[in-house]
Amino acid sequence: MADLNVKLWRGDENGGELVDYNIEAQDGEVVLDVVHRIQATQAPDLAVRWNCKAGKCGSCSAEINGKPSLMCMTRTSVFEPGETITITPMKTFPIIRDLVTDVSFNFKMLKRVPALKPKPREADGTYRMYQEDIERGQEFRKCIECFLCQNVCHVIRDHEENKTNYAGPRLFIRYADLEMHPLDTNDRLSLLQDKMGLGMCNITKCCTEVCPEHIHITDNAIIPLKERVVGDRYDPLVWLGKKIFRKSKAKTTVTE
Amino acid sequence: MTTTNTNSDNNSITAVEIGKPRGGPKVRTLRKDKWWIQPLLTTIGLSLFVLYGIWAALRNGDYFAGLLSGTSARNYLSPFYSPCVTHGCQYTTVPIIGTWYNISPAIVILIFPMGFRMSCYYYRKAYYRSFWFSPPACAVTEPHKKYSGERKFPLIINNIHRYFWYAAVVFAAILTIDAVNAFRFPNGQIGMGLGTLVFIINAVLIWLYTLSCHSCRHLTGGRVNLFSKAPIRLWFWKKVSVINPHHQLYAWLSLIWIAFTDFYVYMVSSGMIHDPRFF
Repeated sequence: MADLNVKLWRGDENGGELVDYNIEAQDGEVVLDVVHRIQATQAPDLAVRWNCKAGKCGSCSAEINGKPSLMCMTRTSVFEPGETITITPMKTFPIIRDLVTDVSFNFKMLKRVPALKPKPREADGTYRMYQEDIERGQEFRKCIECFLCQNVCHVIRDHEENKTNYAGPRLFIRYADLEMHPLDTNDRLSLLQDKMGLGMCNITKCCTEVCPEHIHITDNAIIPLKERVVGDRYDPLVWLGKKIFRKSKAKTTVTE
Repeated sequence: MTTTNTNSDNNSITAVEIGKPRGGPKVRTLRKDKWWIQPLLTTIGLSLFVLYGIWAALRNGDYFAGLLSGTSARNYLSPFYSPCVTHGCQYTTVPIIGTWYNISPAIVILIFPMGFRMSCYYYRKAYYRSFWFSPPACAVTEPHKKYSGERKFPLIINNIHRYFWYAAVVFAAILTIDAVNAFRFPNGQIGMGLGTLVFIINAVLIWLYTLSCHSCRHLTGGRVNLFSKAPIRLWFWKKVSVINPHHQLYAWLSLIWIAFTDFYVYMVSSGMIHDPRFF
């Protein structure tokens, strides 16, 4: 079979460069296989993070020919014969070494999410939920935390300074999951709009495009959250309705 | 240089460090596919519609083909001019504005459908990508040094999208009435011409675009957390959720077709073509 031409980013926080590798192509391989073979035969010090090789652990996120993708889910057969495959680390996060990045930003943002605060148990000491109450959130729990959506989001990819005030798409689906939860009593909308940067998302849908789990991040999480914020802040009819019908606030507002 | 910002968060565990070195070459993008085609086509498509819309709105003539125009025995009112609310209309729907108003009647009503589309979640994606390059495509660096999203004027206005949706429902109803009126022929006859079909398709596409709107989806049940206690809202929410994923398609189809409908009326009204009658 023909050889594969691969350019790999080699370097650390002090700098780096694209290094060319040439390796024999094999049938049925994915990009991660090729990286492993390069590591085994030509570059034993190559750093690459991986785990399941089945698109379920979210570890091998990288940029392949500029497209944020999972290396284990990208077949080499999709490339034209003779085409050079360029593999670089995720651009949005600090580099550790080679293809490995420091994704701790996402876990720090996760720690800022106010946890589920369930309403009191029913008289028989149980919680009751129906399928129609919880099925919206089930889609969000497919997330494998590959952070490709965070990586591709231009709000922090192109504007590092926004990282302090922007949770990002992966965390927005977490917020949506909790906000839509039938038992939850926390209200995170003010927090989302004021400190987690929901208003910074301009719904260009790149997060949805790169999601390997095909979660409809924008349509089913971000826009519904934006609409809830609109109802709370910008809609005089909703405000009037609450006044007239004296709807008490069933949730506790969390701002920190 | 690395800086730390806790964002008024006292818990140092969640402090975010910014400015650390990133990996990869410092280029705008490494994408090799033709990522620029989509924003280019969107720019061309929207620009063509805007240019056509300006011509159609300022034309102030040949927007009604029907009983009063004398050129053709039909009852077609261009959607760019419907409802026609000025006294100077070729076919007045509701005479709200007096004779003092003597410029195109289209100008006073187009603000509503224009506002609906400008604040639409799909069109926002389209123009942010195509006209503002924010970003032009996924994983392609945008040219702007600062970015604040939709938190400040004027983009914060997009949050009133649901109010334009309320107006859009009224307009969709009016365009439906226009489609029904397109069955009216002289001397009280009921008939159908090619234009009638054009108007029906126009009304259907406008309804699909309006009802698949994200704000509509929210209004039906987006705020509900206990659907088990709101079965009617759940039913409506599920129905809207079926068409909502196709909102982009309906946005384009309805945009193209409304321009075509106007042009068809123009051609019939100006005598360029004869509208064939089916029955």
